[in-house]
Amino acid sequence: MAKIDAVMGWKELDLGCVIRQPGSSRAFKTGDWRSQRPVVDRDKCIKCGLCWVYCPDLAMVPAEDGYYAVSLDYCKGCGICAKECPKDAITMVLEED
Amino acid sequence: MAKRVGMEVSIAASEAVKLADVDVIAAYPITPQTHIVEHLSEVVADGELDAAFVPVESEHSAMSCCLGSSAAGARTFTATSSQGLALMHEILFIAPAMRLPIVMVVANRALSGPISIWNDHSDIMAEQDIAWIQTFAENGQEVFDLVLHAFRVAEDSKVLLPVIVNLDGFTLSHVIEPIEILDKAEVDKYLPPYKPKVRLDPRKPVSMGLVGIPEIYTEAKKATDEVLINSKKIVLKAWKEFGDLFGRYYNPVESYKTEGAEVILITMGSISETAMTAIDKMREKGLPVGLVRFRLWKPFPAPEFKKAIAGAQTLAVVDRALSPGGACGPVAEEIKAALYAERGRPKVFNFIAGLGGRDVTVENFEEIVSKAFAYAKKRPKQFYEMIGVREI
Repeated sequence: MAKIDAVMGWKELDLGCVIRQPGSSRAFKTGDWRSQRPVVDRDKCIKCGLCWVYCPDLAMVPAEDGYYAVSLDYCKGCGICAKECPKDAITMVLEED
Repeated sequence: MAKRVGMEVSIAASEAVKLADVDVIAAYPITPQTHIVEHLSEVVADGELDAAFVPVESEHSAMSCCLGSSAAGARTFTATSSQGLALMHEILFIAPAMRLPIVMVVANRALSGPISIWNDHSDIMAEQDIAWIQTFAENGQEVFDLVLHAFRVAEDSKVLLPVIVNLDGFTLSHVIEPIEILDKAEVDKYLPPYKPKVRLDPRKPVSMGLVGIPEIYTEAKKATDEVLINSKKIVLKAWKEFGDLFGRYYNPVESYKTEGAEVILITMGSISETAMTAIDKMREKGLPVGLVRFRLWKPFPAPEFKKAIAGAQTLAVVDRALSPGGACGPVAEEIKAALYAERGRPKVFNFIAGLGGRDVTVENFEEIVSKAFAYAKKRPKQFYEMIGVREI
């Protein structure tokens, strides 16, 4: 699971905590409070893309083969994809399992 | 050359802002601050000052607008009072966190309720934790000088923090005083153009005001606090240079007839001048009393204060704001906290006076001092005492 890796001391912070590198929020993995993760059953998946449309965190990543992969760096385990999937191809699985 | 003129103090404040050649003024009019921004809107409209005057729909918007313009690198000014300052509350904390050197004049006025347009310090004392540098003016000349000082300190590359200049509503803001107005060349010598270290610029994009996750919030707060504490050096340096250039020297804590004083009165703002008259009168009668007053309030000038009150057995702290249900008023609280670990610290008694425009007279100061002498012998039952309250 992604970990927040912020160990800067106060003297190292930039002026007013300004961020000079555009797009650096990609490096901030926000998936670490997830308790469940979505698992896609490719036998049931019809590549409709509704999971990708509904995911509030852009954690469903379209792959070249037309399927959708889950980015566990950002998935917070909300379960919207599983709820919206018209073919019940997505199951939420406890992280401990 | 500087010119000594009779001028309303509010106008003198805005003349200082004009001479500082600000780029953006975002303000909403509120009594008793109105004349300051009214005059600034006139000088902008008349082409005397090349600045954007943003007539916002509220003080919340005024401070938000100031954040944006200062982040873009503009020299930024606003002014407010009382309810207006309270409406800015949530935005006030963000300016120092983003290290934006905004300058604001607060014409101090009581907070509602009951509704009051008159002077006390309850508006600013409700904003003690905003991490702005804060000074208090005693007279019109100080208002003019402190506004220029505020820009100089705020924009110093070692500081980059916002500054509030406090002036008493009506008591100062609406009186006409003889004030020496510096000319542009003199001000330019003292106040160089603002050179932001980082600013919003599409050619060199940065992100400002981002979220502080639990792993970084504490460090961010520590960084701002350290800058505020260390800004005192620059505050003092900027006063020294002001004095060297224009002959008026200022200190974070000022003393008046404290030599041999057993009781020292502690005040802030315009009532200090009445307090000096009271001290003169009491000294003539042979009472060993003196006066210490704060000009710099935040960062709290603890060493200078301790030096100023050294030798006194009793302090009579006058607060112009109530901290209801608390141990004492906000000024006394700060002083007591600063002195608690000191060996042989003086007794501190707290008097709340001048709320919501009630005059604080020479007689009031005499009463406060005589009570402080009495309490030094026999401790009072209450933590603090309201002066002039009708007990019927």
